[in-house]
Amino acid sequence: MGVPVIRVEGLSTRFGHVMVHRNISFDVDRGEILGIVGGSGSGKTTLLRQMLGLETPAEGRVTILGRCLAEIGAEERHALRMRSGVLFQQGALFSALSVYENVALPLRELRVVPEDVIRDLVMLKLALVGIAPEDASKLPAELSGGMTKRVGLARALGLEPDLLFLDEPTAGLDPDRSEAIMKLILALRQELSLTVVMVTHDLDSLLEVSDRVAVLADQQLVAIGPLAEVVWNDHPFIRSLFHGERGLRIVQALRVRPPVV
Amino acid sequence: MTLPESTLAQPEPMGLDQAGERVVPQLLQQIGTDGVPELVLSGDWVLATLQAQFSTLEARLRSLAADPGLRWEVTQARTVDHAGALLLWRAWGGQRPALLNVAADQAALLAHVAEVPDYRPSLRGSSLQTGVATLGGGIVSALREVRDGTAMIGQLVFDLGHLVVHPSRIPWREISANIYRTGAKALGITALVGFLIGVVLSYLSGRQLKLYGADIFIVNILGMSIIRELGPMLAAILIAGRSGSSMTAQLGVMRVTQELDALSVMGISHTRRLVLPKVIALSLSLPLIVLWTSAMALVGGIVASEIQLGIGYALFVERLPQAVPIANLWLGLAKGAVFGSLIAVIACHCGLRVAPNTESLGAGTTTSVVASITAVIIVDAIFAIAFSNVGVWF
Repeated sequence: MGVPVIRVEGLSTRFGHVMVHRNISFDVDRGEILGIVGGSGSGKTTLLRQMLGLETPAEGRVTILGRCLAEIGAEERHALRMRSGVLFQQGALFSALSVYENVALPLRELRVVPEDVIRDLVMLKLALVGIAPEDASKLPAELSGGMTKRVGLARALGLEPDLLFLDEPTAGLDPDRSEAIMKLILALRQELSLTVVMVTHDLDSLLEVSDRVAVLADQQLVAIGPLAEVVWNDHPFIRSLFHGERGLRIVQALRVRPPVV
Repeated sequence: MTLPESTLAQPEPMGLDQAGERVVPQLLQQIGTDGVPELVLSGDWVLATLQAQFSTLEARLRSLAADPGLRWEVTQARTVDHAGALLLWRAWGGQRPALLNVAADQAALLAHVAEVPDYRPSLRGSSLQTGVATLGGGIVSALREVRDGTAMIGQLVFDLGHLVVHPSRIPWREISANIYRTGAKALGITALVGFLIGVVLSYLSGRQLKLYGADIFIVNILGMSIIRELGPMLAAILIAGRSGSSMTAQLGVMRVTQELDALSVMGISHTRRLVLPKVIALSLSLPLIVLWTSAMALVGGIVASEIQLGIGYALFVERLPQAVPIANLWLGLAKGAVFGSLIAVIACHCGLRVAPNTESLGAGTTTSVVASITAVIIVDAIFAIAFSNVGVWF
């Protein structure tokens, strides 16, 4: 394809005097699933917000679908936003709207799709993420944490995005559900050639779906590559992440051996 | 491959959308290599390219689908998403056409679309039934409101008693923080409003008094009305809008973020830790704000009467104690204390009642401000009647 879907070049983020990122660069290719991992407070979510254009970089640039976020006008930015879907960490459902209306909102905003088509599309998305039709008229306050996540995912998929940003998609879900969500993301990637950027803590879901893994630590990108390679990186954070008890299970599942030096 | 009698069904040229990457959906009707008539779909059948022409395209495809002998050739389409699959499925009348050629992942999409469940919004009763139910619900919830409010005031009295018995548990820090927030930070706005009201009042009454040559009575009018009525009312209304709303919003957000539940499970009483300090603080700070507002309003009045009527500052200040008995000042301060605790109790009650969603938070804040201003005016009227012969010259 040539042009990467997302290109981050020399990105630095600063909040007041606190440096969150220092000189981060990486590309995401079309149809790829990139997992971003890092300790708490390592700036994973902030990196995601940079890619969404919700934060302004102190230095460097973020280019989405060939357009630099800092240089485009309001109209182009809007067009870009229509092509990406976001699942926020807490779901960020509109608490005053029902589940159905939450998912229908971005479609209605288009103002051109007939209402009965919207209805079918919404119910389709809800069925995809495993929300029963009788739950569609509930309010977000009546949902469990896992259901909120799934409705958020349905809403993120609403505009048929090319680019899907997921912030902790499996946190707070039971193992069955999180596996189902991961399967769904894989299937969607297959059917719709989605590009997915996923921030996660969950090593199992990383193992299951990610093509490449980016590791954030010490304000920097310390490693990026397929999981099987990143696992053997010598950085202390990566060692503690993958060589703890849980990590070792993952390494065993990968059935990878350390590279012969 | 030869394409006999190929006809372009859609005269639109091959086009790209704004982003320069999507290809507009295309239809091509032709006779296939095996002699079967076929309809070739190409381009991107996705929401971004379909949206505006969804209905027209659906109608076109529906008329084409009426011919069972037509083969649908979907494999040529560059991309198909759920919206595209839904469009085809609707055009086919909810079933696969007899002759259909799709790729594996397109078939998977169509399978998803085929299983779309119906949306059945929860049923509502007849209008009469809902009308009666709404009325009854309203009455019940109003009664419940009164009950809960009374319960909270009772609980506050218990908590106050508890603190009197255990003075070491008095939350000094919260009280002082609340006094600072509701009192010290409100000095600017109350001074401005008070001063301007004083000026306006002085100008209006000065003009009338001049007609009768009773200029000096401006001191009586301003002193009486400001110290006894306007100062306390102005301060209370400003503080209800400023501090009452923020108290409601704070408690409401604590409900939304489950902080109230966290306090409950730690065994910390909401009323003792959150409500009581606010009520104590506001009943202490509002009298001070009343004093401040009245003083600034008098200053405004003095300045205006000097300019308009030529009554000197010294004369005004000298006449004031004779014109206004000191009881009026105490009455004003007492009103301040009562209004303050009233505003805080109503604000906290509304805040604790907020349900965990944004709409309820907004409604709760509105209710809080409207209810506390109404309550302040009602209580002020009661004060006026009860103290009608206190601090007035006969």
